[in-house]
Amino acid sequence: MIKLTSIRTLAALALAGGVVLGGAATADEEAELVINGELTLVTKTAAPDHLKDTLDTIYSGWIFRENDTQAMQTDDFDNPGMVFVDLGMDAWNKVEGTENKSCASCHNDPAESMKGVRATYPKWNEAAGELRTIEGQVNHCRTKNMGAEAYKYVSGDMANMVAMIAVQSRGLPMNVAIDGPAKAAWELGKEIYYTRTGVLDLSCASCHEENYDKYIRADHLSQGQTNGFPAYRLKDARLHQVHDRFWGCIRDVRGEPYDRGSPEFTALELYVASRGNGLSVEGASVRN
Amino acid sequence: MADGVKPRVKAPATAKAGEAVVLKTLISHVMESGQRKNKDGSLIPRSIINRFTCEFNGTMVVDVEMHPAISTNPYFEFEAVIPATGELKFTWYDDDGSVYNDAKTVTVA
Repeated sequence: MIKLTSIRTLAALALAGGVVLGGAATADEEAELVINGELTLVTKTAAPDHLKDTLDTIYSGWIFRENDTQAMQTDDFDNPGMVFVDLGMDAWNKVEGTENKSCASCHNDPAESMKGVRATYPKWNEAAGELRTIEGQVNHCRTKNMGAEAYKYVSGDMANMVAMIAVQSRGLPMNVAIDGPAKAAWELGKEIYYTRTGVLDLSCASCHEENYDKYIRADHLSQGQTNGFPAYRLKDARLHQVHDRFWGCIRDVRGEPYDRGSPEFTALELYVASRGNGLSVEGASVRN
Repeated sequence: MADGVKPRVKAPATAKAGEAVVLKTLISHVMESGQRKNKDGSLIPRSIINRFTCEFNGTMVVDVEMHPAISTNPYFEFEAVIPATGELKFTWYDDDGSVYNDAKTVTVA
């Protein structure tokens, strides 16, 4: 009940606000994201230590969406992303490749084996000596352990699988490691985040750090957190992966995007994820 | 049969006699309109769910005719008055002749 009231309050604020000046957060302090009436997610929390000088509070993108969109995510039946989670579950159990294995052959029930995975990726892989996203790990398993063909990095099949894996961690706080061997990639990601690019000469920070909560024409700028990914976007009725969103953002500033799945985007994903350390994993979320 | 078709229904397990309950249904389906073209320029054949029905103990509750403008994964939400304990039967009819079913029992306490 509190939830419904607070969502309405938030919408009223957003409507009354129009263009909101910096400093005044439209985010209703009372707004709570409760899934299926039982799982409460953290959508705002204190910024992680490495970000303390820049931001006080980090907000999930859910906070910035309109009340209808917010409400859709509170019920798994109404969340259109869950259809794709089901498809990911089917793929999990599907035997493919020369080794005659499915994901389930080794990893059994994803509710056990994949719990916490979404919260800690991208993650340093010691054996391979590289930073790896969930997508990268899925394809590693498919090609090396199953003898199956890799999924295209950004594709329906991949998004379904990643969404299914993300759901197993829903409610857990984002907690990617940025020290140790991942440090170099994190630094690279940070550099990319703050580097202006494209004809519009904007960096990630230009919108998502310096001007979040304002309007960029009709769009309400969020902090660009990745805790909700893969995100079901109403605009084209499909799941969006993190690198897909990065790619779209750089295209929008008339820049030349890195390849999806490239080491640069993987480094950026680690850096952006680390800015959201503490927010709950929401995938598959609903966004506009 | 189209790939990845899966009917889903959300209905309350119990209701009061004469109560109007909310029913939510969704079927995952590509709903190919028949108006798009593939890379070669030829039409992709139409493949949609063309009819959806809900019956309660044999009585029709809703009977929906669908056309190509309906988006992928059609979702219907409606209310139905439950007079007594009984079974809700949901049926989707595919262009290719396939019929998909789901059923939910609502108990009147």
